[in-house]
Amino acid sequence: MEKRKERLDRGIKARTDDVFALTSWREMLYLAAPRVIPLAVFLILPLFLGAYWQKVLLSVAVFGLLAISWDIMAQTGMVSLGQALFFGMGAYCSGLMNHYFGISPFITLPVAAVFGGLISTILLLPVLRLRGVYFSMVTLILPLMLVRLIEATKIFGGTEGLSGMTPLPSVWVELYLIVGSLLAALFGFRRMMASDYGLVLKGIRENDRSVISAGINIYWYKAQALFISASIGAFAGAFMTHVYMFVGMPVFALDYSILPMAAAIVGGPGTLAGATLGACILIPLSELLRGIGGLRIVFYGIFLVLFIVALPEGIFHYIHRKYNQFERWVEVEK
Amino acid sequence: MLEGTIIYAIINSVVLALTAIGFNLTFGISGIANFGYGAFYVLAAYCTWMMTNLLKLSYPLSITISILFCTLLGALLYRLVLIRVRGQVLSEVIATFGIGLVILELFRYLGFVGFEYTLPVFIDKSFIIAGTYVDMQRILLVGTGTVLMVSLWLFTHHTSLGLAFRGIAQDERTALTFGIDADKIATLAVAFGAGLAAIAATLIIPLGSISPDEGYDVLIKALAVSIIGGLGSNGGVILASFVIGFAERFTDAYIGSHWTMIVNMASIFLVLLVKPSGLFGKQKELEERI
Repeated sequence: MEKRKERLDRGIKARTDDVFALTSWREMLYLAAPRVIPLAVFLILPLFLGAYWQKVLLSVAVFGLLAISWDIMAQTGMVSLGQALFFGMGAYCSGLMNHYFGISPFITLPVAAVFGGLISTILLLPVLRLRGVYFSMVTLILPLMLVRLIEATKIFGGTEGLSGMTPLPSVWVELYLIVGSLLAALFGFRRMMASDYGLVLKGIRENDRSVISAGINIYWYKAQALFISASIGAFAGAFMTHVYMFVGMPVFALDYSILPMAAAIVGGPGTLAGATLGACILIPLSELLRGIGGLRIVFYGIFLVLFIVALPEGIFHYIHRKYNQFERWVEVEK
Repeated sequence: MLEGTIIYAIINSVVLALTAIGFNLTFGISGIANFGYGAFYVLAAYCTWMMTNLLKLSYPLSITISILFCTLLGALLYRLVLIRVRGQVLSEVIATFGIGLVILELFRYLGFVGFEYTLPVFIDKSFIIAGTYVDMQRILLVGTGTVLMVSLWLFTHHTSLGLAFRGIAQDERTALTFGIDADKIATLAVAFGAGLAAIAATLIIPLGSISPDEGYDVLIKALAVSIIGGLGSNGGVILASFVIGFAERFTDAYIGSHWTMIVNMASIFLVLLVKPSGLFGKQKELEERI
């Protein structure tokens, strides 16, 4: 007797799509839980964590932002192998403003987010026409090139970098600023990707030529998507500058390119929530594995390959499916 | 001074052509951009080092074994990993890049960094050509490189397997109707690419030392040469390696050694900007830009 797996939407899922959702607590809870629980966890967790794990949460949020930024680009059809470019641009922007002009972090952070994003976008603007692997090659090369350029010209502190940035007033400001930004980015950009605007961006990835034939200027949209994700990355970089009170060549390091990509792929690309989930899994994991030091990147590599090959949909899609659908084995009709 | 720079530029060009030819072979035939290429290069060098220094095998034997080992590993890479994401270009890139990362960072973690990690030269001798010292290894390198490229050309143009390679590269569906197994050819293409990386490593590493960073540099150099020459074109690779080889040596001699890698990357950037299919690329325009 042959059987096949049947997947059906749960009754509650079908009901909550409709106006019935407003009539029962159970349905309202079903809708709200996946949104409220992560929100509550992120907001309450800092109060209970020790100083060490607060730092871990901080880097979860930073890498979560970078992963979101990677995911927005990937959803527009631009797969980046060099998220460090955005991170580094933001870091240097705020670092320079703070170091040379002594501007307060509360001004450098937003300004660096915009300017870092703008500079990265302008750098990548000429290659926006490239598709697929060719675009990825350029993004891989750019941060490496900037490192060598800083090394060769010895500008901005050269190999030693700049130190002595103004820190943020207190650890609570730091934590809630970055966690708040992560949540705002997560929910805000999820909404953006679900709107008509996001539909155009997704259309560019699916089939760019048909988007062109719909009379839409895809380069303008691609440039906008690039600027959005570059600004998110630059904000994360600028923030880290004020946390470490240092900016230097390590901001262009491979870690900042590989980890966000690994987080987005492990969590599930294409949803932003998956990217955040991936960061929440990978960063604490790498902290637990801190004893093995340099082996961390090895683990990220293994995770990347495993998930790309075995579970390309990622963890989030898997959970999403289980939450909304049930599965059962049924007989195959003859 | 000038003669010396020119001689070393020629040697450097052959080195570049050697490092790029395997990457280009794999990409040209199967369309797989093997971002783990640098890792195979470094892996071959470490394998040879371990076999000569830890197992005390003879030098030629350990070179042969490590080249075969890398070739086998390339075939396994395709059979176990890449076959599952075949056709999804970016998944292929991420998967190969991930594997490359694993290999390179594992060696870094295990502490294989330092000056003692180097391979001996084949014959310890040197000559004076036009007033410049040139050691035997570099002359051997130029000779072997030339022989290798000529034999690769003969292989792809005059053997049935080589013709099958080119058939798949030109038009996969038509090649399938002639009974050419696309998966078998792609396996061989990745394996040969890895094997060529290993051969390049055994020839080039004796001039310097082995380090995981070398893997990333080799990948970038291979990318630079292949992109500028046109991915998949052998003639383009040779021309591009001479262009970059001379540019690198002359910047090194007249501007500063820090700038050589920047010249490399800036040239990739420029070529991708102006003509993404490269100088002699045969790929279709719409596939790479729109």
